[in-house]
Amino acid sequence: MKKKDENISAMCRPTVGEAGRTGDWRDLRPVIDHSKCTPFVKKKAACYLCWLYCPEAVVKAGIPVEIDLEYCKGCGICAEECPSRAISMVREDQCND
Amino acid sequence: MTDARIITGNQAAAVAARLCDVQVIAAYPITPQSQLAEILSQFVESGQLRAEYVRVEGEHSAMTVCIGASTVGARVFTATSANGLLYMHEQLHWAAGSRLPIVMCCVNRGVGAPWSIFNDQQDSLAQRDTGWIQIYCRDNQEILDTVIQAYRIAETVYAPVMVCYDGFVLSHTMMPVVSPAPAAVRKFLPPYRPHTILDAANPLTLNSVLLPNRRPDAEGTLCDGYMEMRWKLQNALDRAPEVIREVNRSFAEAFGRDHGGMLWTHRTEDAEVILSGMGSLAAEATVAADALREEGIRAGVVGIRVYRPFPAKEAVEAFRGAKAIVLFEKSISYGYEGGLCSDLKAAFYGSGILAPIHDHVAGLGGRDVKARELVEAVKSSLARIQAGERDLKTTWLNCATE
Repeated sequence: MKKKDENISAMCRPTVGEAGRTGDWRDLRPVIDHSKCTPFVKKKAACYLCWLYCPEAVVKAGIPVEIDLEYCKGCGICAEECPSRAISMVREDQCND
Repeated sequence: MTDARIITGNQAAAVAARLCDVQVIAAYPITPQSQLAEILSQFVESGQLRAEYVRVEGEHSAMTVCIGASTVGARVFTATSANGLLYMHEQLHWAAGSRLPIVMCCVNRGVGAPWSIFNDQQDSLAQRDTGWIQIYCRDNQEILDTVIQAYRIAETVYAPVMVCYDGFVLSHTMMPVVSPAPAAVRKFLPPYRPHTILDAANPLTLNSVLLPNRRPDAEGTLCDGYMEMRWKLQNALDRAPEVIREVNRSFAEAFGRDHGGMLWTHRTEDAEVILSGMGSLAAEATVAADALREEGIRAGVVGIRVYRPFPAKEAVEAFRGAKAIVLFEKSISYGYEGGLCSDLKAAFYGSGILAPIHDHVAGLGGRDVKARELVEAVKSSLARIQAGERDLKTTWLNCATE
């Protein structure tokens, strides 16, 4: 039995996954070509414009850069902003997993 | 012993807000509410009321400040009229949807265009579907008492309350009013306990987007969707009459004045014709009913005090014996009839009440309505009903319609 929402007005806590698995919404998946991605190529913390622009905060600014596909909605802003064109948006039904 | 003082309706409302220890006031002046905003700012400036008075650039902002302050746990007050209230409209929905117990006086005034500063009730009637409780007062004592009651109702139901009173007819007319002792009011009105408090130590996102369906949050709680939240507000207002009646009873016990809960009656026990309306017009109808009785017509009055939630059950009870019903309203739902008329007819559906109902639109934009005009209107209605007319169209009282 799931807990019931006792709140009389709408509210939520700022937590990962609070709005549900929003990755389900995605039609296009961001796929990173690490051979073009600046932090991976230079082996240092650099660029991270994808992390900066992601409206859902699902990009992890590490080496290599990782995207949390559980919550990425597939908006494509990261691909648009990437200066080295390392991210391409691929149709979910054409991804092999 | 508390003594009566002769004061205006606006003064009565200001004294009531002070007695309720309001903590934040945000208001923008508009006739005929201005005096109320001025008195409250004087109370704050002189230290008679320990509250924050936020000066805002308009009514939309006034309600926004009230919403913010109420969300962090303050008891808040505001007041407006006419176009100011309309300017607030969007925020009225936010206040009710957030379930905040804000109390606001609407000093009823006609709505432009064309401009009028004078009284009718089109302004508050146009806010019917915002989720606010609406209470209409018939004299200055009732204004003072209703503001105090309104906080207890709002803070129990968690819904905002609009205390409506007629501009100039009450707002600027002086009457004897008794002010209860502050200690007695504090006893009647416990401190405000917010249902949720915005707190940096426990961060929450309030009123985020709700999707059409319910969904589990990160902790697995099945969170309500938009429609469930709407139902919770409707359910709260559905259950509010019980609270309103209880608050009225407790108030009568504590202070000795009973304003009638959802509605009030005047000489209806044996009445063959019942007059009805809201606010000062319904009070005027009591004078008309007494005059009709002197002429041998058994008349009574049902005053609708709370318009939302609508007192459907009480109305069926109160109107049951009437052979004819004559309504007087200071507003119109353009393209149909007065809103009260439609609501009463809906309440009577299936109740067995089949008495003919004759609606009158009266006193728009401050046109004076005298008791003797109501007497004549009722006599004319009765003559038409006795002549067999059943389909009585809305009459515009004392208005050139050709």
